[in-house]
Amino acid sequence: MAVEVKVFRSWGNPFSYRVELALRLKGVAYEHIEEDLSNKSTLLLDYNPVHKKVPVLLHHGKPIAESLLILEYIEETWQENPILPKDPRERAVARFWCRFLDDKCLVALWMSCWTEGETQQNFMEQAKECLHLLEEELKGKKFFGGDSIGMVDIAASSIAHWLGVLEEVAGISLLDEEKYPNLCKWTEEFLKSDAVMECLPKRANLLALFQTRKQAISSVK
Amino acid sequence: MAAAEGIEVKLIGAWPSPFVLRARIALNLKGVEYEFLQEKFGEKSELLLRANPVYKKIPVLLHHGKPICESMIIVEYVDEAWPAAGRAILPADPYERALHRFWASYIDDKLNPSGAALSKTQTEEAKVEAAGQVIAGLKLLEEAFGRLSKGKGFFGGDDIGYVDIALGCFLGWLKVMEKTSGVKFIDEEKMPLLAGWAERFCAHEAVKAVMPEPERLEAFARKRAASAKAPPANQNTF
Repeated sequence: MAVEVKVFRSWGNPFSYRVELALRLKGVAYEHIEEDLSNKSTLLLDYNPVHKKVPVLLHHGKPIAESLLILEYIEETWQENPILPKDPRERAVARFWCRFLDDKCLVALWMSCWTEGETQQNFMEQAKECLHLLEEELKGKKFFGGDSIGMVDIAASSIAHWLGVLEEVAGISLLDEEKYPNLCKWTEEFLKSDAVMECLPKRANLLALFQTRKQAISSVK
Repeated sequence: MAAAEGIEVKLIGAWPSPFVLRARIALNLKGVEYEFLQEKFGEKSELLLRANPVYKKIPVLLHHGKPICESMIIVEYVDEAWPAAGRAILPADPYERALHRFWASYIDDKLNPSGAALSKTQTEEAKVEAAGQVIAGLKLLEEAFGRLSKGKGFFGGDDIGYVDIALGCFLGWLKVMEKTSGVKFIDEEKMPLLAGWAERFCAHEAVKAVMPEPERLEAFARKRAASAKAPPANQNTF
C-alpha cells in the first residue's frame, strides 16, 4: 500500500523532528526522506521553492512547508490525541508561545551557543529572559499543553534535547536547574514519552554533529 | 450585530499601525462591536504593559478582559471566537488553510522585513537593491493570488480572508513608500492581479472606515522623523 504521508527531513534538525513527533503522537504512518542540506534534492526544491528548507510534509502528493504550519495541518487532518485545546482563547495562547519560541527564544538559545564575547553575553541574557518566561508559563502544569503533550511542547522539543548538547559544545550553561525547576521537570516528563523517544536523534550523535560544526567554524577563523 | 449583551471586546492599538489595522478589519468582517483604546505616541500605557508583558506591543485584543497578542493570532482568534458571524476568515479545508497560513507567514517573515530594510537605506544603490527585494516578494504574492483566489476578487475568494488581511494592512504605508522612494511597487502592468486586488481591498466595507489615508500616514511619518531626528517611522516601530 502506498504511504500517503512523507516527510522531507534532515537528521538532527529539530524543526523536522517536530513534524515526526506530531505524526507519531497521532499514530500516523509516514515515510521519511532524508535530505542532505548541503546538496538539496530537486524534489525538495520543487516542493518548497520559496524557502528551500526542511521540513516539508507531503500528503497525497501535496506539499506543506514551515514546521508550525505543518503542526496545524496535522492537528486538523488527524483528530486522535489533539495537540491544541478546543477553546479559542487557549488556542491563541498556544499559538502565541509557539511563535515566541520561533521568533525569540530558540534564536537566542542557538546564538548563545555559536557566538563569543560580548555578542554571546547579550544572547545569553536574552536566552535567560526567554527561559524565565517559559518557566512561568509552566507553573502548575506537567506540560505546556496541560496533562498531555501539545503543540507548544512539540515546538519546544529542542529545549528538552538539543539545548543540552549545544551547551556542552559551547561550554556554557543556560538551563540551570535552580533557576528553572519547572522547565527541568518538564524536560524529564517530555523525555518519558514513547513517541518522543522513538524518533529522537541519539545524544552522542548530535554531540558529534555539533562538535564537527564547531570545529569547522573555528578552523575558518 | 455579533456582539451580544455582556460581551466585552476592546482593542489596544494606534491608528497608523498596519498590525492594529489587521485586528480592526477582522473584527469588522465579523461585525463585532469593540472599544478602540488608542495608545499615546511615545508612551506605553500600564494596560498595554500588563496585557502584553512579553512584547509590550500593539495590537492586543481584550476579550472579557483576557488578552490575545500578535496580530495574525488575533485574526485567527476572531475567526474562531465568532464562528457563526460574518464569513469565515480562513477556509475550511486543512490544505487550503495551510496555504493561506503559509503566505501570511511569508508576508511577516520575509516581505515586511524587506520593506523595513528599504525604509532604512541610506544610499541610492542600497535603496535600489532593497526595493528589488520588496518587488520580488510582491511578485511571489502576485502568483499566489492566482492560486488562492481561484479566479475571484480576493486571496480569500469571494471576500476578504486571512491573506488579504495580512497583506492589505500595508497598502497605506506602501503608497507612502512609493512616494518617498519614487519606486512603483504594485505596477498595474507587471502585477495586474495585485493592482486590481489592492483597489478592491481598500474599497471594502470592512476596510475603508479604518484604513488611514496615505496623506495622513505621510504627515505622521514626517512628524515622527522631525521629533526623533531619525528615519521615517516604519511599520516595525510600534
